[in-house]
Amino acid sequence: MIDLTVIWAAIIGIAIVAYVVLDGFDLGIGILFPTLKVGPERDVAMNSIAPVWDGNETWLVMGGGGLLAAFPLAYAIVLPALYAPLIAMLLGLVLRGVAFEFRWRDPRHRPIWDLAFAVGSTVAALAQGIALGALLQGITVVGRAYAGGWWEWFSPFSLLTGVSLAVGYALLGSCWLVWKSEGDLQARAFAHATRLAIALLVAIAAISLATLTLEQQYYRRWLDFPGVLLTAQVPLATLIVSVLLFRALRLRRELQPFLYALALFGLCIMGLAVSIWPNVIPARLTIWEAAAPHRSQVFMLWGASVLIPVILAYTGWAYWVFRGKVGSEGYH
Amino acid sequence: MTALELARAQFAFTVSFHFLFPAFSIGLASFLMVLEGLWLKTGKGVYANLYRYWLKIFAVVFAMGVVSGLVMSYQFGTNWSVFSDKAGPIIGPLMAYEVLTAFFLEAGFLGVMLFGINKVGRGLHFVATCAVALGTFISAFWILAVNSWMQTPTGFEIAANGQFVPGPSWWAIVFNPSFPYRLVHTVIAAYLTTAFAVGGVGAWHLLRDSSNPGARKMFSMAMWMAAIVAPVQILAGDAHGLNTLEHQPAKVMAMEGHYQSHPDGAPLILLGIPDSAKGRVDYAIEIPKASSLILKHDPNAPLAGLDTVAKQDHPPVGIVFWAFRVMVGLGFAMAGLGLLSLVLRWRGRLFDAPLVHRLAVAMGPAGFVAVLAGWIVTETGRQPFTVYGLLRTAQSASPLDAPAVAASLAAFAAVYFAAFGAGIWYLLHLMKKPPLPHEALPEPIPVRAAGITPAAALIEGAGQ
Repeated sequence: MIDLTVIWAAIIGIAIVAYVVLDGFDLGIGILFPTLKVGPERDVAMNSIAPVWDGNETWLVMGGGGLLAAFPLAYAIVLPALYAPLIAMLLGLVLRGVAFEFRWRDPRHRPIWDLAFAVGSTVAALAQGIALGALLQGITVVGRAYAGGWWEWFSPFSLLTGVSLAVGYALLGSCWLVWKSEGDLQARAFAHATRLAIALLVAIAAISLATLTLEQQYYRRWLDFPGVLLTAQVPLATLIVSVLLFRALRLRRELQPFLYALALFGLCIMGLAVSIWPNVIPARLTIWEAAAPHRSQVFMLWGASVLIPVILAYTGWAYWVFRGKVGSEGYH
Repeated sequence: MTALELARAQFAFTVSFHFLFPAFSIGLASFLMVLEGLWLKTGKGVYANLYRYWLKIFAVVFAMGVVSGLVMSYQFGTNWSVFSDKAGPIIGPLMAYEVLTAFFLEAGFLGVMLFGINKVGRGLHFVATCAVALGTFISAFWILAVNSWMQTPTGFEIAANGQFVPGPSWWAIVFNPSFPYRLVHTVIAAYLTTAFAVGGVGAWHLLRDSSNPGARKMFSMAMWMAAIVAPVQILAGDAHGLNTLEHQPAKVMAMEGHYQSHPDGAPLILLGIPDSAKGRVDYAIEIPKASSLILKHDPNAPLAGLDTVAKQDHPPVGIVFWAFRVMVGLGFAMAGLGLLSLVLRWRGRLFDAPLVHRLAVAMGPAGFVAVLAGWIVTETGRQPFTVYGLLRTAQSASPLDAPAVAASLAAFAAVYFAAFGAGIWYLLHLMKKPPLPHEALPEPIPVRAAGITPAAALIEGAGQ
């Protein structure tokens, strides 16, 4: 019989990947915003994501809502454990979300909303990274509840993951701009992308090494023989993709850097899966312990299997409508 | 304050702010759909202009609804984790369906609706508008199913680990006893909220220039809604009240201020000051036997009071009592304005009645106040339970330290007042501008200049 719990873990995983892939670049543009010139540069950057950011962020609601639906116990333990970073993330997303509209409505106060956009995006990215780090380093669970304090998430490791994710999002954002813009803005985006790619690789290496020391499970999962033959492919592939990314940036390719940056994220998420599987709260709670009852899983699976392809189709169509360069004359 | 009280304050604060936006955007999306449909059908420029006028406002409202709604989807876990653990297997799938069927639909087509008018054909653009409007309705459907299940839970079993888990039929969960009533009452409320906001804006501009065709059209459309839908809403509210009497009698007792049972006909307390400590309503102005007449259709029917309910199961009476009177009072005022507009229309003076226009401006925010008051009635009236009769609010909260909840509440207050305060100011600013008198059709759309948002360019293009 097919294990619906595994299927649901995969669906939540896909939602998280979709979120990181889609919202990552538009958060990244927010992070880079202060480095862009006031005027057309910022406007083009903003216009390049204005039609799609809302849909991108919906995957975050899907991740949260899906976790509640499919793994309610995990939702009930993780959210209080990550209370402070998650609230910070939400507030950051509120600020950047309203800034999309408000900056056009009020040219006099546009600098304030640009700042809100940049600060909100940066806080949201840092907070997501910190939340990830806090989960990886382990949270205190007693019975069916979180039992730690409200600062347990705070550690050098979680700060490292926070900064790393922000760097990663900024890389995605700069590669997106390389693809969607021209001229000075594109040149600036190329320069950013190269520097950020270096920073991200350093961060990935640091996190990977630090992760091995966090829990026995991670160490054994990665380095025990013969599993290592398989797991070693992840860092190897990361190396290869990195080389390709730098080459594409040097050759001034327009779309390739974005795709390679996405591939880097994909490999990082794959690495996470290697460490965590089959837990939903790393080293604490398995997906089966946290799973919703069979009837809940079946009911949702009908909807998900029909609707997710439909959603992907019309989301793809919306991207297609706004394809091409965003120049001073709008979309070509 | 305890962590529990702070968590309740935080939920009340964030959900009240949030609710204002969908209450407006549900109605506004349908209004835009009607406007674009009428434009496609008749080709009259006034509809296209009004579409563009309200589209700008919709964009701001919708953005605020999205970000404040994102907060709500995490509040359940951050502040109410025990509730999430226990009720998750039931409410989680319903909310997942809301995301899958509504949020993605709205978000996916919103970009095309706002910015795509010059990228896709008219027909496809209309499809996008319809998809967004449909999405707002589907969203209301699922979230009200969740809320109604918390009010009148059915179709569940209780598992060994204490979780509420689905029984054999999801139909019994979704279509729980209060859901159809709540859905109808709430969606009509959203339409009325929008109608009065639109009517208020139209009236404001009529007071300045009673010949402005856009202002005339929007005021006229809004007043049709008021005249037809406000009376329907009173009937729907009455039916919802009877349903509540059947399934949550203590809530109705609090709404009515009935501390005591009335074995032979209960009075309708119009106004008074409820005193829960003494268990009576002071300075009550009441109509004898009228409450029994309304609730039981028999003036002498006995009606039980809160004295039949265990003290620890009482909802807070004062807030429910007052919020109910605010909601009902505004409901009748709305129906009254609707009636007045019919009289004026019949006499051919709808656009030439400054006093009524002033009244309509004053009642512009009435829907928002009524919606919030109604929400307070139903949510506070559910207390002291989260899942009515089964799971107490006091046993639903996350195991959090009070300072954590206090700090986050303060942060929410600061960010919400700054961000949404500014947003509401921008909305008023947009509404203050009159709809431009005559415009070209939406085609051809002006080419966007650098630095001008498509929506803004669209509106400016309307002046060419």
